[in-house]
Amino acid sequence: MGGDDDPLSLPGYKGVALKVLKESGVQAGDLIRISRDGTVYEGVLMPRSEYGDDRHIVIKLKSGYNIGVRVTADTLVEKVGAGVEIAFKPPPPPKQRPNLPRVSIVSTGGTIASRVDYRTGAVRPAISAGDLYSIVPELSDIAVIETEVLFNLFSEDLTPSHWARIAEKVAERIREGVDGVVLTHGTDTMAYTAAALSFALQGLPVPVVLVGAQRSEDRPSSDAALNLIGAVSAAAEAPFAEVVVAMHETVSDVSVAFHRGTKVRKCHTSRRDAFKSVNVKPIARLADGELVMLTEDYRRRDRDRELTLKPNFDPKVALVKFYPGMNPNVIDFYVEEGYRGIVLEGTGLGHVGRSCFPSIKKAIKRGLIVAMASQCIWGRVNMNVYTNGRDLLAMGVIPLEDMLAETALVKLMWALGEADSPEEAKILLKTNIAGEIAARSIYT
Amino acid sequence: MMSEGVDYSKIGLLVGLECHQQLATRTKLFCSCKPSLFKGEPKITFVRRLRPTQSELGQVDPAAYFEFKKGVRILYEADNETSCLVEMDEEPPHPLNPEAIEVALTVALMMNAKPVDEIHVMRKTVIDGSNTTGFQRTCVVALNGSIEVEGRTVPIEHISLEEDAARKTGGEGFEIRYRIDRLGIPLIEVTTGPVIRSPREAQRVALAIGRILRATKKVRRGIGTIRQDLNVSIRDGALIEIKGVQELELISKVVEYEAKRQLGLLEIRDELKKRGLVEEEIREEFHDATELFKETGCRVLKRAINQGKKVLAVKLPKFSGLLSREIAPGMRLGREMADRARFWGRVGGIFHTDELPAYGVTEDEVDRLKRLVGAGPEDAVVFVADSLENATDALRAVVERAKEALRGVPEETRAANPDGTTRYMRPRPGAARMYPETDIPPIRIDEEYLQELASKLPELPEEAVKRLMKEYNLNEKLANQLVDSEYLGLFEEIVRVSRRVSPRAVAATLTETFKALRRDGVDVGEVSDEQILEVFRLVDSGRTTKEAIPEIITWLSKHRGRSGEEAVEALGLTVISGDDLRALVDRVLQENAEVVRERGEGAFGFLMGYIMKRFRGRLDAKVVSELLRERLKNIHGE
Repeated sequence: MGGDDDPLSLPGYKGVALKVLKESGVQAGDLIRISRDGTVYEGVLMPRSEYGDDRHIVIKLKSGYNIGVRVTADTLVEKVGAGVEIAFKPPPPPKQRPNLPRVSIVSTGGTIASRVDYRTGAVRPAISAGDLYSIVPELSDIAVIETEVLFNLFSEDLTPSHWARIAEKVAERIREGVDGVVLTHGTDTMAYTAAALSFALQGLPVPVVLVGAQRSEDRPSSDAALNLIGAVSAAAEAPFAEVVVAMHETVSDVSVAFHRGTKVRKCHTSRRDAFKSVNVKPIARLADGELVMLTEDYRRRDRDRELTLKPNFDPKVALVKFYPGMNPNVIDFYVEEGYRGIVLEGTGLGHVGRSCFPSIKKAIKRGLIVAMASQCIWGRVNMNVYTNGRDLLAMGVIPLEDMLAETALVKLMWALGEADSPEEAKILLKTNIAGEIAARSIYT
Repeated sequence: MMSEGVDYSKIGLLVGLECHQQLATRTKLFCSCKPSLFKGEPKITFVRRLRPTQSELGQVDPAAYFEFKKGVRILYEADNETSCLVEMDEEPPHPLNPEAIEVALTVALMMNAKPVDEIHVMRKTVIDGSNTTGFQRTCVVALNGSIEVEGRTVPIEHISLEEDAARKTGGEGFEIRYRIDRLGIPLIEVTTGPVIRSPREAQRVALAIGRILRATKKVRRGIGTIRQDLNVSIRDGALIEIKGVQELELISKVVEYEAKRQLGLLEIRDELKKRGLVEEEIREEFHDATELFKETGCRVLKRAINQGKKVLAVKLPKFSGLLSREIAPGMRLGREMADRARFWGRVGGIFHTDELPAYGVTEDEVDRLKRLVGAGPEDAVVFVADSLENATDALRAVVERAKEALRGVPEETRAANPDGTTRYMRPRPGAARMYPETDIPPIRIDEEYLQELASKLPELPEEAVKRLMKEYNLNEKLANQLVDSEYLGLFEEIVRVSRRVSPRAVAATLTETFKALRRDGVDVGEVSDEQILEVFRLVDSGRTTKEAIPEIITWLSKHRGRSGEEAVEALGLTVISGDDLRALVDRVLQENAEVVRERGEGAFGFLMGYIMKRFRGRLDAKVVSELLRERLKNIHGE
């Protein structure tokens, strides 16, 4: 029975509604009858959204529709029958084919790996191999899959310490001998994690593919299935051994693009093709079951290559976006707080207003690494063109070429985490480690 | 075949209606796009695949999964005027359109239904491609209403709001095309209880519901803006859902044919039992008859074989004569099997021995075919020509349908044809295909808001008829037609400003004239209220005449977005007046000098008719008659 013993029996209910339901001894999933002012409603008691008010009960009518029924003190609720046990029952998994490549899927959460439990209203990970095969049966033709849930977090709740744990987990799997690793991830900060792994996992022998979805997988129109097929295919047999993001190439369900982890950005709030390679082309594309490389410039898959794990990130680095009229105290704040580095997201070719110059000078004098990326997103920083830029260079601000601002933030955290001295960190920052800096700006 | 004059109460006919009516709100249900359609080539296209998902009860619809496995791709067409990222399923829905809620609540109160306290938007799984999301967003707004139809109380189970689906623009088989302009247009759905007992009554109930909806003056009009789904069953038959009846006049026919179809299928069941057939005898044993038809004179088979396809045949024991028996006008079991074969096997059609020899297939070939599959004189043989996979799927579906024939009437969803017959559409969806739309918070309906709406309800249709008769001196027929026409609001607006055209003439134009135009294929729905009002204003100001209205409306229906003024110009329908008119009358008098001489003022009728006939639409009859009389008087006086 429901009530006090079982907090899940009346999920989401509070106040008057909870009181009435408790007194009636019903729980979610029961068939109930509600009588109020001579009106009678019958249906299955459903969970309530935690943001709903405390004066309505949600029932599912026989027709399948949900409605909310207002409760007052004299509302009568009775149980008239036991409800159906509602459970996610995956169909039997297809036969495993042991001679296929082995792919490890590590889940960190996000839209791609979630489904709503309609009884409790809770979102739960759906990431057992069985679940995945049932959602995307095609996967069993591509690889033998093993799955593991590392976290179940919205991607905006991930921190640099999570990046380190993800890197360690991926390294562990690769050292166990899988042919590739797929990481399911919320899309909001997927590009940051991709950059972090690009720096932390050096000398990769096999691909590491981050994948997400812009539409949850419990919808018929979800992009999750195609993205997963793309990610698992690449992990299983792509010729590259790099950290990439696999997402829809267009708004059509026809192709998946693979973006280099240091060069990718989420550029749309909701579209399937939100992820774009910036300043470069995607490194590969999968269409009609065929993976095609779009560049010759990539690290080849090589099982015998030795993986080096460098998973340390110093969180004392800030990304500061300059805007007209910005108060330079923002920079002073980070200095006072003991930060070790600041990536400025400047305007145009890499500028900030002169009113910020004293604060920047002070920061550099106090030993912070101050570097410059551009808020234009596309293009390369060049601080030799205008006086402001030249002045900033003279102060010791490091121009970051065509590096994305987000990648620059992650890279500086990593450089400070791994280097023995700020000088060494500075050299790391300026050196191309994982394709984050390109010498040539190609027309894309 | 059934005799005419079925006693519907004896066969236990029960019909429920679901009336869907598009609303004329300013924007769509879940975004700010204009609810309208576009013509011509699409500027935007994209391709999707819809994947069957488990419902909240953990089930997958088998038909849906089958479709998916076949690799069906959907090509969507769009433009930026009629759709945005929401319809493309590239952006979450915006909050439910409050204007649409208001209309639905108004209808609910007019039907004595009880509005729900809190509206919850649901997702109803539909993965045929008609919704880019793979589900239709829908919500119950009110429950348990009723309407009076000719003295009988008809229960209204639900009043719901839902988004209209994309419209199919072509493609069969592996690529289906849909245009998403219609997707998201608000639809109100009114569902009656399954209590209607005759085809005629079904039509009357639909008419009554339609009148109440139109009374809100917030409904769209034109072809396809109102659609009825019918749930029809007879005793021992099955509940059959018939989708998409667009013409009110067709409802009774569809119900009648469906009742007959079910009776006919029951007769076939009884006949099969009489012949001693048991289900185990109907087997999935398929025979390759490709060799047999190698030299055939049948062009369809020949072409298929030349393309390397197979001819596959199956015996249907004891079915001889039953496949071609007409169970309802134009409907036969053989055709139902063909529909299934098309759906499950993607074949063009099937052949069966009941209709052979024909189509170039000879008697000898039929005999050899029967020998090949071991069929006797009581048996039928069905065969198809296609790829081995498609042909196998098609014959499997045929065998399944044959087994169902022995059981009676299979439950299924059927689609209405324009002639009142129906065709197989898909299996009936499972009950558990509705789950919550988590992107839209529930909407609370306040008591005060309901009271406010209740205090300003539109007048009921019967009241409107009485008022029109009294206020505008319309006869009952015209008043009724006007109330049924969707133009009541416009009528009152025109009458308010028009001095030259009588209310009766306005009413007749909006009803009878428009009806005649529609019959001639003019899409009157394309012409907006503003345009129609302008046309009457032009008549009023003497720019054109009442007689020119049909021509102007026709022109406007074909020239979207143009003005009545432009129509008058383009058609050369400007009124002849002043000196031109005097010259014209004088010319006519000269041309008919003899008549004038002979009959004097008595020639008026003849001349008037002559002029109006020759210059109809360009003359104001009143002015002409005054002028003509004056001239005749003058001539006579001379």
